[in-house]
Amino acid sequence: MSHDHHHGPTIDPERLAYYQRMATAVRELLIEKGILTDAQIVATIKKMEARGPALGARVVAHAWVDPNYKTRLLLDGSAGVEELGIPVDGTRLIVVENTEEVHNLVVCTLCSCYPRNILGLPPDWYKKAAYRARAVKEPRAVLAEFGTVLSDSVTIRVHDSTADMRYLVLPARPAGTEGWAEDKLAALVNRDSMIGVQAAKEPEQ
Amino acid sequence: MKPIFKPGASVIVSNREVDGHKRTPTYIRGKSGVIERFCGSFRNPESLAYGGDGLPRQPLYRVRFLQSHVWPEYQGSFTDTVDIEIYQHWLEPVS
Amino acid sequence: MKRGVHDIGGLPNNQIDQSEHDYALWEKRIDALLVLLASEKQIMRVDELRRGIESLDIDAYNELSYYERWIASIAKILVEKDVITSTELEARMAEISTRKTTS
Repeated sequence: MSHDHHHGPTIDPERLAYYQRMATAVRELLIEKGILTDAQIVATIKKMEARGPALGARVVAHAWVDPNYKTRLLLDGSAGVEELGIPVDGTRLIVVENTEEVHNLVVCTLCSCYPRNILGLPPDWYKKAAYRARAVKEPRAVLAEFGTVLSDSVTIRVHDSTADMRYLVLPARPAGTEGWAEDKLAALVNRDSMIGVQAAKEPEQ
Repeated sequence: MKPIFKPGASVIVSNREVDGHKRTPTYIRGKSGVIERFCGSFRNPESLAYGGDGLPRQPLYRVRFLQSHVWPEYQGSFTDTVDIEIYQHWLEPVS
Repeated sequence: MKRGVHDIGGLPNNQIDQSEHDYALWEKRIDALLVLLASEKQIMRVDELRRGIESLDIDAYNELSYYERWIASIAKILVEKDVITSTELEARMAEISTRKTTS
């Protein structure tokens, strides 16, 4: 069968130049036809660059310090995020909470669905075949590759993001952070902890 | 389309052959799980992907499957699950 | 059951390559094109983008980088919808390759 070998994407300068020409040609033609403008493209890129894991980290830190907010966030992720003034642009967000008993892991096996409004663009590995193929079937092995080793007493819930929902993991609050201010807590929340491949960072001793 | 499954209901994912674009992964076809929640009704991607209007909207659910059922050789806790969004027209009741 | 090139959940694969790259301008522009065409202009849908990507042959699907797949699909769908023609696309690409610097 054709799945036996895996080259993975390669960088081929000639091929890259071909697709870059195609991209330039499509963009120029659409602008010339008046379908979109260069200014709109620039603005869209700018808007995209403004989105990143720092937004998600704010949400997580706020949920850690405010139990009522956490309850609302888990009930309706989109409304919870918007409550903090972060626009979700129609994204239907589901927030799933890591606890001592449950660990959540997000994948999109069919393409690369990702909560872009809250985390920005996904890392390369999230979009590539190895993670997409394996996370759903051998999550414990995949987590171990990211340095996350979980005991068998922890239930792993994989979320395959196949349709209209997007997922954000609410990592467990690290011990030793009692009384911390939100912005200090947010610094412990990295992107990978909100995808679920890692835990939030431990406070430095 | 009206939602016909309630959270907690047992369902089985259809094994029927469908050509073209769909959002139901092969690995879950023919497997049985439990409705975790109803997510709302959405335009059908099998029509949208070909320029159609995607109507009528299809009820969408998150369905929870036991990993040990999905993958007979699964290594991990018996309680491990995979939750997948599946449109109603791919689901059949377990009788 | 026929499995699409993209439908890979559960198939054996390699160790995960965790290296990352910063998105280049050409990649961001392709992303922005799709966002504009899908959300603001409603000229093509994300579902159509996906269908276009899924119709790549398996070697192309596995070897092209992410945004190479995207632009291949966007171009295909726009031609399909007569937003652009394949003739003008080819002509423009040929013209671009004669330019001194590419952007």
